[in-house]
Order: sequence, then C-alpha cells, then structure tokens
Amino acid sequence: MIAEEPLLFEIGSEDKTAVDFPPQPDAKDCLGTCRKNTKIGLPGLSEPETMRHYTRLSQMNIFEDSAFYPLGSCTMKYNPRVNEKLAALPGFSEIHPFQPQNTVQGALEAIYTLSNLLTEITGMKAVSFSPAAGAHGELCGMMTIRAALTHKGNPKEVVLIPESAHGTNPATAAMCGYRIETIPVNNHGLVDIQALQKRLSEGEKNVAAFMLTNPNTCGLFERNIITIANMLHEAGAFFYMDGANFNAIMGLVKPADFGVDAMHINLHKTFSTPHGGGGPGAGPVVFNAELAPFRPLPWIEKDGDSYRLLETNEESMHSFGRMKAFNGQFSILIRALAYILSMGLPGLRQAAEDAVLNANYLRVKLQDILHLPFPGTCMHEVLFDDSSLTETGINTLDIAKSLIDKGDHPMTIYFPLIVHGAILIEPTETESKRVLDEFVAAIKDIVAKAKSENNQDLKQTPLKAFRKRLDETTAARQPILVHTDDL
Amino acid sequence: MRYLPLTNADREEMLKDIGVSSISELFKDIPKVTTKPIEIPEPKNEVEVERKLTALAAKNMTTTKIPSFLGAGAYHHHIPALIDYMIERGEFLTSYTPYQPEVSQGTLQILFEFQTQVARLFGLEIANASLYDASTATFEAAAMAERVKKKKKILLSGGLHPQIVETVKSCMQFNGTVCSVLSPDAENFENIEPTGEEACVIVQYPTFFGHINDYSILAEKCHAKNVLFVVVVMEPLALGVLKSPGEMGADIAVGEGMGLASHLNFGGPGLGLFATKKNLMRNMPGRIVGKTKDLDGKTGFVLTMATREQHIRREKATSNICTNSGLLALAFSMHMAMLGEKGFTKLAESNHARASRLAEELSKIPGITLLNKTFFNEFTLKLDRSVSALVEKMAGHKLLGGVPVSRFYPDKDDLLLVARTEMNNTEESLFLREELKK
Amino acid sequence: MSQIKFTKEHEWVILEQNTAVIGITNHAQEQLGDVVFVELPQVGETIVKDKQMAVVESVKAASEVYAPLSGKIIEVNSSLATSPELVNNSPEKDGWFIKITPENIQEFDTLMTKEEYDNFIKEIF
Repeated sequence: MIAEEPLLFEIGSEDKTAVDFPPQPDAKDCLGTCRKNTKIGLPGLSEPETMRHYTRLSQMNIFEDSAFYPLGSCTMKYNPRVNEKLAALPGFSEIHPFQPQNTVQGALEAIYTLSNLLTEITGMKAVSFSPAAGAHGELCGMMTIRAALTHKGNPKEVVLIPESAHGTNPATAAMCGYRIETIPVNNHGLVDIQALQKRLSEGEKNVAAFMLTNPNTCGLFERNIITIANMLHEAGAFFYMDGANFNAIMGLVKPADFGVDAMHINLHKTFSTPHGGGGPGAGPVVFNAELAPFRPLPWIEKDGDSYRLLETNEESMHSFGRMKAFNGQFSILIRALAYILSMGLPGLRQAAEDAVLNANYLRVKLQDILHLPFPGTCMHEVLFDDSSLTETGINTLDIAKSLIDKGDHPMTIYFPLIVHGAILIEPTETESKRVLDEFVAAIKDIVAKAKSENNQDLKQTPLKAFRKRLDETTAARQPILVHTDDL
Repeated sequence: MRYLPLTNADREEMLKDIGVSSISELFKDIPKVTTKPIEIPEPKNEVEVERKLTALAAKNMTTTKIPSFLGAGAYHHHIPALIDYMIERGEFLTSYTPYQPEVSQGTLQILFEFQTQVARLFGLEIANASLYDASTATFEAAAMAERVKKKKKILLSGGLHPQIVETVKSCMQFNGTVCSVLSPDAENFENIEPTGEEACVIVQYPTFFGHINDYSILAEKCHAKNVLFVVVVMEPLALGVLKSPGEMGADIAVGEGMGLASHLNFGGPGLGLFATKKNLMRNMPGRIVGKTKDLDGKTGFVLTMATREQHIRREKATSNICTNSGLLALAFSMHMAMLGEKGFTKLAESNHARASRLAEELSKIPGITLLNKTFFNEFTLKLDRSVSALVEKMAGHKLLGGVPVSRFYPDKDDLLLVARTEMNNTEESLFLREELKK
Repeated sequence: MSQIKFTKEHEWVILEQNTAVIGITNHAQEQLGDVVFVELPQVGETIVKDKQMAVVESVKAASEVYAPLSGKIIEVNSSLATSPELVNNSPEKDGWFIKITPENIQEFDTLMTKEEYDNFIKEIF
C-alpha cells in the first residue's frame, strides 16, 4: 500500500523552514537598484515533513535495487555501493573546480588513471572526459571529427547513419552542420554493406563519417565491422562507433582493432554508475592518434610525478575548444574508476559473457511464444516483436504494462523503430538465473492470457501500480508544466 | 566476482539450454583480430579498492578542512544531511528516466515540483526537467533562439563566465553561427546595443566579475529588434534578494544549480536550470514533465512533448539530449523545499552581508582596489602584484583565497575573484585579510 | 463550384475560385492517432509544392505535411493551436490547415480525384 502524497505546493508554507540561521549582523547593501520587492513563491517544509514527503514519493518508483529492470539498450545493471561511498569521500566531493592544481593532484591522478584504463580497454590513444552523457559524447566525437577534417582542408558534407540507429546519432550529426543520409538495414538486422559501399564509391566523395552502434540496437554484432572500417577509410571518412552497448564486448575485444576512430562510452551503462532517474551520466570519448589533437579541453598530462590540467587553447592549439564548464562529470568518473578497479580484466570479461549468456537464455526460453524478427544468436539484448499476438488485439504496450503487475519493470518498447512493435530485452549480467526464470514464467503467463478469451483485462493493466495508465494525449495537447496556486 | 550472480553450474546449464557447447559460440560473429592483450590491474576486493581510492582522495586539499573563498561559477554552500541521505536512496539513485509513468510517479512528481520552483525562481512561466549544467544550457538557449528567430548570429556579453563563452563558441562553430563576443568586462563598462541581426543577446546576472546590472532596458531594446534576451545565473541564490530575470524581461533564463544541490565534486556533475516563456514551449530543449490524469481520474505525471526530442524527430530534433541531471534536480528541489521562501531569502541575505563586510575590509588594504559598486556574494579585487603567484602562496598556507582571473584570461593577472558564502565565518575572513596584507 | 483533390502524401485540397484550402485526410489522421499539436506556417509565407509546409504531432510521432500546391498563404486555422483534436474529429472540414492563393492552377489538375485516392489507399493495404 503506497500512500498518496500531495504536491509540495499543497502542503508547504512560506513560513516554514528546515534550515536554521544564526542572527545576522548589519552590513552595507551593495545590490544597487536590483533588490527585489516581490515574493518568489517557494513553499517550505520542516525537516520531518521533508523526510516524509520525499520518502513517500520514493515509494512510488520501481527501481533496479528492488526489481528486474530489463530496459533494452539502457543496461540497468547493479550499482555497487562502494562506488557511492568512495565518490562521497570529502577528498573527492569537497573540492572546487578552480583550486590551484597542486592542491588537487589526487583528483587529477584519478581522472588520468581512468583515462588510461579506458584507452587500454578500447585500444585507443586518448580520452576526452568532458562529455556529460552519451549524446554529449557523440557531439564531442563528431565535432572532433569535423575539426580534424577542417584542418585537413575539407570538412565534407554528409554523415551516414544506419536506419536502426538511436535518434541521438542523426540529431548530433545535424548539430555539427552535417546532412544525414540513411543506410538501410538488411533482413538480418545488420547494415546493408552493398548499400554502404555503393554510397561511398558511387556518390559524391563528401562523406565525413559513418556512425554505427555496435553491438547494434537489434542486439546483434555487426560482423562486417572490419570491412566497414576499411571501406570508410578508403573513402576518406571516419568511423564513429556509438559505444552505448559496449557492455556486451568489454574486455573481450578492443574497438581500435576493428578500425574504429572514435567512440563514446556510457559510464552509466557499461561501468555501473547509477542512472539517478535520468542522470547525471557521463560519456567520455576515446580517440585514435589522428583525432586526438583535435579533442576538446580540458586534458590531463603527466609531468614527472605531477599531473597538469590543460585548460586553454594556448597550450593545445588544435583542440576544437570546450564542451562544458569545469572538469567533466568528476564524481561519476570516480564511480567508474572504482568499478573497473574492482572488476579487473577477468571481471569485465566475465560480466560481458554473462550479459550475453543471460540475453541468449531469454531468447531461447521465449522464442516459441514471442516472434524473433532476427533469429540466431544475440549479444547482450534480445529483440522480439508483438506480431505473434496481432490477432489477439494485445500489443507490445499491453505486455509491458502487464509486466508491472508481475513486479518487473517493463523492457524497452517500440525501439528500434525498424521493427514494428519492438520488445527489446536486456537482462544484464547482474541478474541471477532464478530471476530470469521468473521473468520467462511471467511473460508466458501474459502471452497465455493474451491468447485467451478474456484478454481485455490486459488492456487495463497495470492494476497494482500506484497509478493506472496515464492520459498522455491530454498531457501533450494542453501541457501543464508547472503548478499554479489558483487551480 | 562479487557483482555476478551466475555460478559455473548455472552457466553450464544455461549454455546447454541455449544449445551451444561453449560461451565462445555466442561470440562467433565477432571477428578474431590478434593484437596486444589488454593490460589493466588485477581485480580488487572491496578493501583494496577503498584503500586505493582513499589514498588518492587524501592527496587533495579539501574545502572541509581549509577555508575556501573560491567561486567563479561554483559556490560552496551547506548541503543538509537529509539531502545527502535522500539522493542515495535506491528508489531515486537506481531508477531510469521515467518512461513508464505508472511506476515512476515519485521521480515525475519531483520533477514537476522542480520545474515549478525553477520557473518561479527565474520569474518565467515554464521550465524543463534540467539539463547537464549551465554552460551546456546556455548553448541550448542560443540554439533555441536561432530556431525561434531563424537567425544565425548571437551576441555574448563580456560579463559571461569565460568557460560558458568557450562552450557556446565551440559548440556553435560548425552550424554556421556567427558568435560575437564582447571583451572581458571586469570594470562593468559594457553597453550592449543589439543591431537586430542577432537571434539572441546573452548576459550573466550577476556578471562573472560580480557586478549586478538591471537589464530591463536592454531587454526592451532586444525585443524592439526582434532579438531574444537570455540571462545566465551562475548563483541562483542571488535571486533570493535580486529581481528575477523574468521581471527584467528575459525570454530565456538558464542557471547552474550545482552549488545548491550537491557538493562541488571538482565541478561535476552540474545541474542545468532552464526556464522560458510559455509561447516558446514547443522549442524548449530537454525532458519535460506534465500533469495529467490516469484511467481512474487520479492526478499523475508523465514525460510530455516527446515529439521535440531526438528519438522521434532525429536530425530535426530541438536537441540531441537524452540524459538530464535528474538526481541533482531532486537534490536542488529538496533544498528549495527545506529552505522555503523565508529560508531562501535569509540565506541570500546572509551571503550578501558576509560578502559585503569582507569586501569592505579587504578594500581597505593598501594596494587592493575593489572593482565592484554592486555585487551579491562575489566581487573582483584589483591588486598591485601577480595574483596567480599570491593564490599559490596562500594555498601553501592552507587557504584557498580566491580564483585568479588569469586562469581564464592570462593577461589579467592583477585580478582576483573572491566569494564568501555561509560557509565562511569571521575567523576565516580575518585569515584571508591577513594573507592579503602580506 | 468547388472541387476536392488528394495527394499521395494524404493531403486534400479544395479549390474555390482563386483560393485553395488544404488539410490532411481522414485516412492520415487515423494513421497518426491522437493529434496533440500542429505546427503551421505563417500568413504571408510562400509554400512550394512537395516541400514541407507543416508538422503534425501525435503523442509519439511527428509527421511532416507537404505542400500539395505552390502559393502564398492567406489564412491559417488558428483554432488548431488550442484544439488540435479538430484534426481527428473533423479532418476534412473544421480541421483544415491553411488557405493559399495558388501560383499555378495547373498543379491542381495533376492531383488525384476522390475515387483515385480511395483506390490508392486501398492499394497500400
């Protein structure tokens, strides 16, 4: 039983506060003519009321700690608590971005150490730790590519993207001033190599880069990756790999060995940092030697026993500039560092193998009851669709919502867009066989119900959640984005 | 390995069920390329990891141990213990973006409350559910202004944080934008005249050097020339005593919420605050939460207006953003709730009074000039010697005495930014005064 | 006397003397689902045949609407700003998008008749 909890604006008052202040001696007012004479409208709560409000709200969430969370392409793995403990050490949390560099040598060494681990694991030469998330990493990678091409004399005009790509890829390339051309996907869910070859050899020689997620969003490894890299390099284009799904292959192979020129890594997926209800994340980017000089500031260099933060273009003339103030998502970097040190190479490999094993286990256990658009071995996630249920009137959304009543968080639905009614399941390596078996039983139960006569109940699900299905149409037609007191 | 639940027996059984003889068969699509093996340190147990990272942490001089007057966009505030506790609750820490609203009402309601607080704080009608930080939010504001006004020029004030200027310039350089940047304005001489070619004019309030300007007339000038007016607030606490950007006519206000949400963490992650007017709603970047009802007619919240976003619009999206800074938005919102109107105002008054007394004392020191007529909790001092050398020297005496402007503008080594918040008591201020007298 | 014609992109056009009214078809709105927002061009702007002139958004999709004819916009349906549901409830009447002065009346003749359009949508399925 979860209690209802009103809005802060309905329970708070402007006279309440949970913070006490010492008496204030007088001082000269130096605000000039801008002193305010209106109220903001910030209701306050006492400390016990604050605790109750947020604790009750917390209870309305399903979360990774308490439930299976097989959100495809999001890698909802366990978030080790030692990472939290270490990131909160005052030596890391209570330092200011502009302290003199000799007072933050430990912080610089931590970032430097993580950077070296990331280049070693990916086989690349340099890292930019500025990006705040995966999409920000893509922007970092593509701007670096544009800067390098510009330096060579021609930034080119087109970025190629497979139709199965995550929407951030085209959005990012457009932000870098590129025109997007889509490369089709073949019947096996992989990039159509002939189409790519045709575009590179027959069209204008104006392709700057190809952005490829690998393993891709269908949960498959692009097995022609080396051919793709060679084709691109022959055409003078760079190969950007979206590393959102790196969890499937970390420690087993190095992207550099396939000819990848740049790649971002979602620390909040692969390296176990928490998602926090939507962030903050971190998306460091690794580069080959050719692109490295063009990556954004700041960088860290080791100089004897000391570490130096390079912050301005005077010291690094080719860098395209800066993507963000301060020094990257530092406390997220600390968590990822703790994780990689804990796992070591054997741990990372085992994690990748278990992630792939778990996904394939779900594939074989569910392939008789849900349709597999691309049969055969999958990587860390398995893609089904709802076509086997078309006649029942039950669709992907109904399956997802029904799962909530089984105690699980739904999988990713309706993505990738190339499969109609997509059901994308990523169990991750941190789930036990028992949890997977329970999930299989839950899906079987839902599908059996869908095929039965009284399947209309599934349209009403979830019944056990804090809320029933919400009216997203009205929310989008007449958006109410803030609370107004007079309503 | 402590994070992996499968046993070898499980693995064997599962491989059998899958119908393969070994795990390598599942990786058969990956080309075999022989190269140098990966070399990283051996796995560490929890004790060893703690030892290693604790040793690194111990090498840093922390602001819990020594007095800090550092600001320059990152302000050291007290974070109530309850906030540190709440953001570590798994319900918030380990959930994803609230795509499934029925089981994410906690996160969604908090973001709705956050949006309301941010909109009110900035004196604007609506706000989004946060962006990465203020610098990237400023870039997003500029890009939004270009979409709305269909113009490709932006004008950046010399009072803006230099790293924001760099971020905006860098991220705009490949999309055909002309960025005009005015020279660094330490003495507050700047007088901005929009020509009408600009999509927007961007200023900081208070400025990077601490000056407080009433921008009402500038906002009117912008509007008369069909230019959007964007205000950046690096210290939102100032809005406890200052007129809001909305009151002065801002069309978009962005801010840095980090200092009021979390410890400074060497500057990241940040919390980008973003508010605007209702008529610009469909052009606003980032995730947005809206209020609605469920099948039973009960009030609930959902992510809304998703059609602006990259997963639907792809290359035509308002932004490529997916992740926001949700957990810090929770912390910020909680802090606002804990302070309330009264506490927020008091905290702002306290910061201003402390900074005011410190400025008065320091400006009496021979060889030091206060450049500000107005300021909130940070001001700029002009010295008769090398500030970077002085700051290094003070650090040697266990005092973080301010941020040298030369860190951003190497030719301005006579300027020192000094910030004082509720974290600095009289004793610390006296220490700073003595060090500056030397 | 007014005449209605259709495009392969599921727009309709009614020509009345020197004014063309443009909207999306009933079939199009059925495919889109609940329309939540319509982004319209402004009065005075010129639209070009087969180029994007508007965007229709449902909860989880955004679709571009292409100009069936070239011409200058003389009126837009401002009720859609507050009541986008008109596109669902009355797609071929109250849910109209824009009125234009066509540049080239011959363009109208190349569009499909009602019968041709009805056959066209039958063929797609």
